[in-house]
Amino acid sequence: MLELLKQLCLLNGVSGDEGEVRAFLRAQAEPYADSIRTDALGNLIVFKQGAKATGNRLLLAAHMDEVGLIITHVTDEGFLKFGFVGGVDRRIAIGKPVVLGSDRVPGIISLKAIHLTDKAELKKVPKTDSLYIDIGAGSREEALKKVPLGTYGSFVSQPEEFGDGFFKARAIDDRIGCAIMLELLKEELPLDVTFAFTAQEEVGTRGAFGAAFSVTPQVALVLETTTAADLPGVDSHRRVCAPGKGPVISYMDGSTIYDRGLFEDLRRLAEDNGIPWQTKEYIAGGNDARTIQRTKQGVRVAAMSAATRYLHAPSSVASVADFKNMQELTRLFLLDQARQAN
Amino acid sequence: MSLSILELISKLTAVHGPSGDERAIRELIAELAKPFADEITSDVMGNLVVHKKGSGPKIMFAAHMDSIGLIVTHIEKEGFLRVGKLGGISPKDVLNTRVRFKNGVRGVLVAEEKTEDKVKLEDCYIDIGARDEEQARTLVQVGDTAVYDTAVYNTAVAEVNGRVISPYLDGRIACAVLLKAMEQVTARENDLYFVFTVQEEVGTRGAKTAAWTIDPDYAIAVDVTDVDDTPGAARYGTCKLGCGAGIKVMDHSVICHPEVVDALERCARDKGIAVQRDILRAGGTDAGPIHVSRTGVRTGGISIPCRYVHTPAEIADLNDCAACVELAVAFARSQMTAI
Repeated sequence: MLELLKQLCLLNGVSGDEGEVRAFLRAQAEPYADSIRTDALGNLIVFKQGAKATGNRLLLAAHMDEVGLIITHVTDEGFLKFGFVGGVDRRIAIGKPVVLGSDRVPGIISLKAIHLTDKAELKKVPKTDSLYIDIGAGSREEALKKVPLGTYGSFVSQPEEFGDGFFKARAIDDRIGCAIMLELLKEELPLDVTFAFTAQEEVGTRGAFGAAFSVTPQVALVLETTTAADLPGVDSHRRVCAPGKGPVISYMDGSTIYDRGLFEDLRRLAEDNGIPWQTKEYIAGGNDARTIQRTKQGVRVAAMSAATRYLHAPSSVASVADFKNMQELTRLFLLDQARQAN
Repeated sequence: MSLSILELISKLTAVHGPSGDERAIRELIAELAKPFADEITSDVMGNLVVHKKGSGPKIMFAAHMDSIGLIVTHIEKEGFLRVGKLGGISPKDVLNTRVRFKNGVRGVLVAEEKTEDKVKLEDCYIDIGARDEEQARTLVQVGDTAVYDTAVYNTAVAEVNGRVISPYLDGRIACAVLLKAMEQVTARENDLYFVFTVQEEVGTRGAKTAAWTIDPDYAIAVDVTDVDDTPGAARYGTCKLGCGAGIKVMDHSVICHPEVVDALERCARDKGIAVQRDILRAGGTDAGPIHVSRTGVRTGGISIPCRYVHTPAEIADLNDCAACVELAVAFARSQMTAI
């Protein structure tokens, strides 16, 4: 299962350019799906029948897109100017290797060497406007041949396990949700489930709108990552959550107040089955739930997340045990939903 | 015997109902609305819909029943509670305010001593008098909500209609206006929906799904509007306290439909109701999501002028409030073209 997650984290799928991830997911899901479609926004929507015929009642959602960058201009010398897609801290981008487009043209987000940098410059973080990507091109024309304007780029990072039950990778947000949904698709399900692998979450939960509108579920569970700040020098009330302490069940974040009944269901299922759980001890962030909740007549929403350090950075860190516990708790949630469905 | 507007305000502001935790206020309003309703329903988000059936066009009145509030995010070892905000709370307005949880636990919102001029909510905490974390956890859990524990006063004891000082006039005074209006609208053509929405304070979330479900021809959002007729004010709005019901022209979330603005002004002229135009350059209302629901809804707003919005002591004028009731009643009765 961790292998599947690693495979997913190696795929590039910046918001609006999810094709590579979608094709992989589609190929994996197809043998197990009763129906499968890609909608106009690029969401991959998979329906699988379960023991109980509940139709469109339950939606599971995870987003397949990730943050990244997009090429906006090429200088006469052949350097590429770019903008970030989704929330990226430029302080973490500087100096990093990237790959551009489906041909994975290698490049580096560059900055002149320290030898040439004066003390005043060292105190400031350069603005994104002043950064550029070096792809070793000799001229503007040569650069544009390899990398046309509008080409997407991703950080390069090798997924691996490390330390005491942790793993690091790019795009754990939200390939971890995609991996859990794919694994569940392969199993016998207790009720009908629609799986939405959504597009463009990172630029404002845009894909989820189309997915929820066309599916019109009554209940939706969003499988996600959430930001962990269990780091040196952070006060206890600003730590939010910590990897390794179990799935994060949210009552509220920066954009959604979750359905209280579903929050309590998940908490009860975790406690009754000896699964560790935690909640977010700080109000921040948001995910597809905000859009799904307010679709048509309204949808009851819940979110379960992997506590993840360094979200949106080239290497994020999450816990292997949390990943497995999220899958187990999602299974229990499906059973519970099947029981509750008339 | 029917309740006066002040009695209604007192009842409504005393009940727990911050954004997302509106059950108690929903139950109270459902009970108060029952004698005047043909049908009462609630939806997935928790909006309460009171229907007075008619054969004419569908008119949706919306007032939000949620209030701003605080939500516990973390409990310190020493028993202090860290909180996040539900809606627009400015720490400088609420420091050292007494707060109350749904289960009756009381506390006070305090800033850390080291905090300097600009206070952030994350530098504040609620002290409920607990000895330690263990004792605090027997009283309050992470995710529990708290509201201001301040009282309602009528400023002018001798007058029939004075000015009311109270927490949560935003939006309970609008709920009171709708309750009085639905009581007074008897003979009617229009198909009337009085909706008490949820989660307005965290981004007009409830009104979106309510409008989808009802699919109205016309809509009126009733809410307070900020009044800056006070010393040193930034002049962000146009309304003044005591000058009548506000007829909304625009705010940050909506440009009101001219037909609806005209209809409201016509109602005011015909009935001799004191009104003023409300143009607010900041803040939004339920009119925002309602007017862009489905294929679009002809939407306007009736505004109750209010000072010190979102503080523990907001002030409104009961004469303005009465004018808002009259205006809502007149609009509910007016002849509207079916869309």
